[in-house]
Amino acid sequence: MRTADWRATVSRALGILVLLAGVLLGAKLCIASTPADHSVPSIFDAHSTPAASIRHLSHFVLGVTGLIFLVVASLLIYAVVKFRSRRAETEREPAQVYGSTQIELAWTVIPMLIVAVLFAATARVIHAIQDAPKPPTAIEVTVVGHQFWWEFRYPGLGIVTANELHIPVSDPAHPTPTFLKLLSSDTDHSFWIPQLAGKTDLIPNHPNETWLDPHDTGLFLGQCAQYCGTQHAKMLLRVYVDSQEDFNIWVRGQLQAANQDEKQATGRRVFETTACVNCHAVGGTNGTGRFGPDLTHLMSRRTIAAGAAENTPEKLRLWIQNPDAIKPGSLMPAMKLSDAELDALVRYLETLQ
Amino acid sequence: MSSDAIPIQAAEAAGRPWVETLHEWVTTVDHKRLGILYILYALFFLVVAGLEATIIRIQLMRPHNDFVSPQVFNRMFTMHGTTMIFFVIIPVMFGFANYLVPLMIGARDMAFPRLNAFSFWLTAFGGLLLYFSFVGGNGLYGAGNAPDVGWWAYAPLTSRAFSPGHSSDYWTVALLVSGFGSIGTAINIIATIISMRCPGMTLGRMPLFAWLNLIMAGMVILAISPLTAAQVMLAVDRYMGGHFFDTQAGGSATLWMHFFWIFGHPEVYVLVVPAFAFLSEIIPVFSRKPIFGYPVMVGATACIGFLSLSVWAHHMFTIGMNSYANGFFAITTFAVGIPTGIKIFNWLGTMWGGRIQFKTPMLFCIGFLFQFLIAGLTGIMLGTAPFNWQLSGSYFVVAHFHYVIVGGIMFALFGAFYYWYPKITGRMFNETLGKLHFWLFLIGFHLTFDVMHIPGLLGMPRRIYTYEPGRGWETLNLLVTIGAFVQGIAILVFVANLVVSYFKGAKAGNDPWDAWTLEWSVSSPPPAYNFASVPTVASRRPLWDLKHPEDPDSRYE
Repeated sequence: MRTADWRATVSRALGILVLLAGVLLGAKLCIASTPADHSVPSIFDAHSTPAASIRHLSHFVLGVTGLIFLVVASLLIYAVVKFRSRRAETEREPAQVYGSTQIELAWTVIPMLIVAVLFAATARVIHAIQDAPKPPTAIEVTVVGHQFWWEFRYPGLGIVTANELHIPVSDPAHPTPTFLKLLSSDTDHSFWIPQLAGKTDLIPNHPNETWLDPHDTGLFLGQCAQYCGTQHAKMLLRVYVDSQEDFNIWVRGQLQAANQDEKQATGRRVFETTACVNCHAVGGTNGTGRFGPDLTHLMSRRTIAAGAAENTPEKLRLWIQNPDAIKPGSLMPAMKLSDAELDALVRYLETLQ
Repeated sequence: MSSDAIPIQAAEAAGRPWVETLHEWVTTVDHKRLGILYILYALFFLVVAGLEATIIRIQLMRPHNDFVSPQVFNRMFTMHGTTMIFFVIIPVMFGFANYLVPLMIGARDMAFPRLNAFSFWLTAFGGLLLYFSFVGGNGLYGAGNAPDVGWWAYAPLTSRAFSPGHSSDYWTVALLVSGFGSIGTAINIIATIISMRCPGMTLGRMPLFAWLNLIMAGMVILAISPLTAAQVMLAVDRYMGGHFFDTQAGGSATLWMHFFWIFGHPEVYVLVVPAFAFLSEIIPVFSRKPIFGYPVMVGATACIGFLSLSVWAHHMFTIGMNSYANGFFAITTFAVGIPTGIKIFNWLGTMWGGRIQFKTPMLFCIGFLFQFLIAGLTGIMLGTAPFNWQLSGSYFVVAHFHYVIVGGIMFALFGAFYYWYPKITGRMFNETLGKLHFWLFLIGFHLTFDVMHIPGLLGMPRRIYTYEPGRGWETLNLLVTIGAFVQGIAILVFVANLVVSYFKGAKAGNDPWDAWTLEWSVSSPPPAYNFASVPTVASRRPLWDLKHPEDPDSRYE
């Protein structure tokens, strides 16, 4: 019996150690992402009011639950060690206790109080985030989830783009938050940038809303967080938080007409005379499809295929020729173009700044 | 009370052709045989679902891995979840309830033996139908494929536009069929407990095991019905042009979510209440004390059952409900913690002042208490609606519910396997292998599921077949995969122990644990009629009264 209870003690200790190690590792990873590098999308590395309020609340909840854990786990370990059977054969049965109303009442009432406190804290944050008023200076963006990419429309600015959302940084003194209207064209999706806000689903026939007010510039990463089909995994999301000046420059770039350079007429003809135009739009051409991303300013984006590949001529060529090589199961068909057509098309797309 | 066994059929068993034995098992209406069938059926699917989990973990071992295609990965997590919930845990719990409830309440069989057999075969057929999709998912011509819509199958992903072929239909019909089986067995458990108790066994003297299974059966009827309704609606959509969930034609995707989770959350408690039932039998015996606060344990469980009907939308905090709805479902979720806490404290109270024997079943129960505590606390975090907006749909949730289902329910199940193995087979299991199983599984479990919380906090969503490097997820996912393999080895030790002990184990005798409930008064395995003469009881622990005539429980109750 001695070895057995020694082992049980070690078991508990091990469990706690593993847990602590996990928490420490997690904390280390969270801290590792410095402000300049937001590559680890940790929910504790908050750069926006909703994310910061959630982090604040989460610290409180972690504190309360951590305390409960310590108390109950200590009682459990104490009971296991203290009341272990030492010599089972010679021992008599212990005192037969059937219960105690007072004690049971105590461990009913105390949790009730904890629940009340937790609820108060939760309700406050729900209200602060969900019922936040929209200031007149807010930027409005309509996000449309598609199988497996993101469409961003800025109704006030007349911009349509995809997969890479540009928003201005919001100075607390002169807040310019971004309010997002969330729609879906097919299945359920979920918009989630952990460092900026919690997630909100995009559900067809059920418009939703969320908002961000980033306090720092930089690139923030996220991805679709509601299973939406085969390529749910590569429905990546990039949010560029620009300074006010950079944002204005980006807006001006997006408002320019599409490149009409006659040197690329061959490539443009390939685009206009094949199935490309059924799904993709380029300003000033006969391509007005909305099933796939708008390509008018394709070259202003760093990635293609919803973040699945870098936006380089080689990857672009591969993507048109054989999308399955980059994103198997995506709805982009292999275009079956000749090499010459493919080269001309890629050269044309490369001019869509 | 009698401990005499009538040796019925035992002598003629040897030397019969196997076809006859098989025929006997297929046509049986005996609650013990059906219980064993349920358990073996669940063990088979446990291995299948375990293999699916292994494929998932190998694929996620490193970023941009190409062990399987996205299509195969999506089928694997759909089938893993569906199989574990509907074809492993529900059947295994029904198996134990079937086997033990009549024995514990001094009855000779379930109330409706033929309904019992019918329900089992419905459930069994449901499981086969689900797996037939691998062959027939596209219809019998081309290659088949299994469902890939996730185990909660959100609309409109299940509509014909997004799920062509028949794979989703197999999912729907399999759950529909096995759901009828579950309702049949639930009705049977309720009828048995209400009307078949032996003389002297008032409701207040029933073993907690019977009480908790009564509550579980009631919840099955309440929870499975909306699921069945939703499946019928989905079939109408897919085959008769209905528009319940057809968002293109004014249908509602959130309607499915409500239907699914009003089933889905009580379902969690349908699975965990029988686990509570195991603990409530095993902990007292190995602490050598009666359960602490019996009436409160019954009340707390009934309270959990009731509250669990009011929390379903905490699975839907991110769908854009208004702040009042979010607040309501947050507080009901916290409130479930109160009766659950009472139960944990009462098990602690049972151990307190006892003489705890660390036999394998008890080790698993202690593991349960520790892990279920953590699972409950991460549940509080998820119930905090704003915190949930970050955690929901991430690997944190996956870690949380595996903490409940593996760290809680599976640990309790293993405890139950070892505790009642001598009763069911008549042989003792190998204690050393049992302890090896416990320790290996404990290490593997914590390596997998403690670590799994962290990628969720670092923004890793669930149900992705691959992930980008450089987000801090690589090492963590590798550790999780290693832990999964350790658990796999532990399961092999468990199965080996079950098989080897069946042939080589020492004879168990009627009552190897010096326990107190009626099933230990009959031979191991029990005779076909259970009790030669129907026992009469005077307290909650009839065998304690028998063993301690100088100090019987009946004096205090």
